[in-house]
Amino acid sequence: MHIVVCIKQVPDSAQIRIHPVTNTIMRQGVPAIINPYDLFSLEEALRLKDRFGGRVTVLTMGPPMAEASLRKALSFGATHAVLLTDRKFAGSDTLATSYALTSAIRKLHEEEPVDMVFCGKQTIDGDTAQVGPGIATRMNMQQLTYVAKIEDVNLESREITVHRRSEGGVQVLKSQLPAMITMLEGSNTMRFGTMDDMFRAARTPLMNWNKDTCVDDESKVGLKGSPTVVSKVFVPKPRAQKAKMVTAEGGSPALAAAAVDMLFTTYPKLATDLAG
Amino acid sequence: MVEKFDAIVVGAGPSGNSAAYTLAKAGLKVLQIERGEYSGSKNVQGAIMYADALEKIIPDFREDAPLERHVIEQRIWLLGDDSYIGTNYRSDSFNSEKPNRYTIIRSQFDRWFNEKVREAGALVICETTVTELLRDANGKVYGVRTDRVNGEVHADVVIMADGVNALLARRADFQKELPPENVALAVKEIHFIDPALIEQRFQVKDDEGVVIEIMGKVTGGMVGTAFLYTNKESLTIGIGCLISDFKEKGITPYKLLEDLKNHPVIKPLIEGGEVKEYAGHLIPEGGYKAVPQCYGDGWMVVGDAAHLNNAAHREGSNLAMTSGRFAAETVIELKKLGKAPVASNLALYKKKLDDSFVLKDLKKYRNLPGIMHMSPQFFGAYPDLLNGAAHDLFTVDGVDKKTKENKILKSFVKRRSVFGLMGDAFKLARAFR
Repeated sequence: MHIVVCIKQVPDSAQIRIHPVTNTIMRQGVPAIINPYDLFSLEEALRLKDRFGGRVTVLTMGPPMAEASLRKALSFGATHAVLLTDRKFAGSDTLATSYALTSAIRKLHEEEPVDMVFCGKQTIDGDTAQVGPGIATRMNMQQLTYVAKIEDVNLESREITVHRRSEGGVQVLKSQLPAMITMLEGSNTMRFGTMDDMFRAARTPLMNWNKDTCVDDESKVGLKGSPTVVSKVFVPKPRAQKAKMVTAEGGSPALAAAAVDMLFTTYPKLATDLAG
Repeated sequence: MVEKFDAIVVGAGPSGNSAAYTLAKAGLKVLQIERGEYSGSKNVQGAIMYADALEKIIPDFREDAPLERHVIEQRIWLLGDDSYIGTNYRSDSFNSEKPNRYTIIRSQFDRWFNEKVREAGALVICETTVTELLRDANGKVYGVRTDRVNGEVHADVVIMADGVNALLARRADFQKELPPENVALAVKEIHFIDPALIEQRFQVKDDEGVVIEIMGKVTGGMVGTAFLYTNKESLTIGIGCLISDFKEKGITPYKLLEDLKNHPVIKPLIEGGEVKEYAGHLIPEGGYKAVPQCYGDGWMVVGDAAHLNNAAHREGSNLAMTSGRFAAETVIELKKLGKAPVASNLALYKKKLDDSFVLKDLKKYRNLPGIMHMSPQFFGAYPDLLNGAAHDLFTVDGVDKKTKENKILKSFVKRRSVFGLMGDAFKLARAFR
């Protein structure tokens, strides 16, 4: 079985700060991590490899520094890693990204037929959740998003059964391989690799690919291939409402009543809403 | 199959990186194991980096190392309640082509250093904790065990660069538990601030920097010091005191740091900044007498793990780097001679330490830690008295100078007594001789 897992290196959003003077995002010193949603997909792929054997190829598109993410994925147990990097890819939106990644997956498919592609449900920096479905559409693959559990994989009949979270509840779906799958957060926990995994991760040569390696139509990648236009980036205004501290020493009913009273006085709408 | 290396280096701070780099550069098969996510992710220091020690390992480090500012001015301040008295030394010759000291941010600097280790050919594995040394029936160390499955790795020699707690050496009974009077706890903050404000407040330009070492009331009568360093676009401010004193006084480290930040002579220097990082760490302060056995059959300890820190001159990372280099050079030299890394041969490492500034300096100040520990007056009473004296002298109020001098003298005698003053002078001379 050959599984391709697409990952993205993102800035750790928990540690991003706004420059106090210029009001721009400070990326300097912000650690880069694997998009957290990708890890649920990677772990699921590794579990399938544990069960069925075969190969898990991690694929990322990004600057050369994204190598760190691939090494990390290898240390969890992935067997192969592809770094798709080229200045021509800079500025790619989700449409162009899914095109470039699909081109790489097609090339991987030539090496060894791909049974499944795993993607993160969404990224924490772009938050679009479009790249995975974009790949599925381009590859003409079955698309299984928001998967909470892989119930069964039958390699003979090439069928896969999954539990998919939807608005109303859980759908149990049976579909065909090859399929593109995005896993729901919390569906599993990333493993702690063995010492052998650590050695392998440090030593495995990366496959360094660029646009010439796999992309046929250059006009479909980078800024040129990206119809999305970011017109403005701004820092949202903080909700400038001051919190009021109510001292509740002793905690008497009178004090509670006074606090509620104050709430209604400050927010008259609250009283009418409650009454209505 | 268990993998075997020429050497395993445990830890990726200044001493571990120096050892691994030197070994790999000489073509040895080296494994370096770091418990943090990357080299520097867990490492804390003020931080001043001394060029000389690094130059001897990576001569052209200035080309790409992440350095903040080179130090052109050193200030030593004794703080009173609302004042300081002190000395400044500033020299334009510190602006030479190869400056002597730099402020650094360790998480960036160590990461850079570790990248050099990898480039030199060492295998670096992070996020992996070495849990114990592997020893044969005769006690000779032949490898380490890590916290990962199949975690055993073998080597001819293990260099422990695992920091002040020296957990590995202690677990192997090579070292005893650190007594609280031999360890300081330091806390620090990095305040992000507009570089223009740094230039204006410290009268510096470009990459010039200022270092302020601080003693006095801010340590609450405990044995300790504080510091304020200028980085490119941030200031580092911190304070540390002996653990035994913290325990005795019941003062919290963050309270000290808050008091320091709010001191009237410090506050205007850091105003307008935003706290970017908060960190705390232990510092080995026991000096020469606390340096443990630092080699044995198949093992050596380097850096903080070997208690190599010069508290009197606030030097540590240079001792760490140099000891790491010495340990590596010892392994390389023995290998060339075809000698086994047993204790009798690894004694060469200790000799290198003895013959260099590392142990010479520590030996010079061997009495300092004990004397300071017994003499809190140097950290409380004297800064106070000196500030008071300066205040009286520089206040023009119609009182004649002779009377002022007598008043100052009386204040000293009253606080310390004639014998106390003489004793203190003697102690100081003995400690620094």
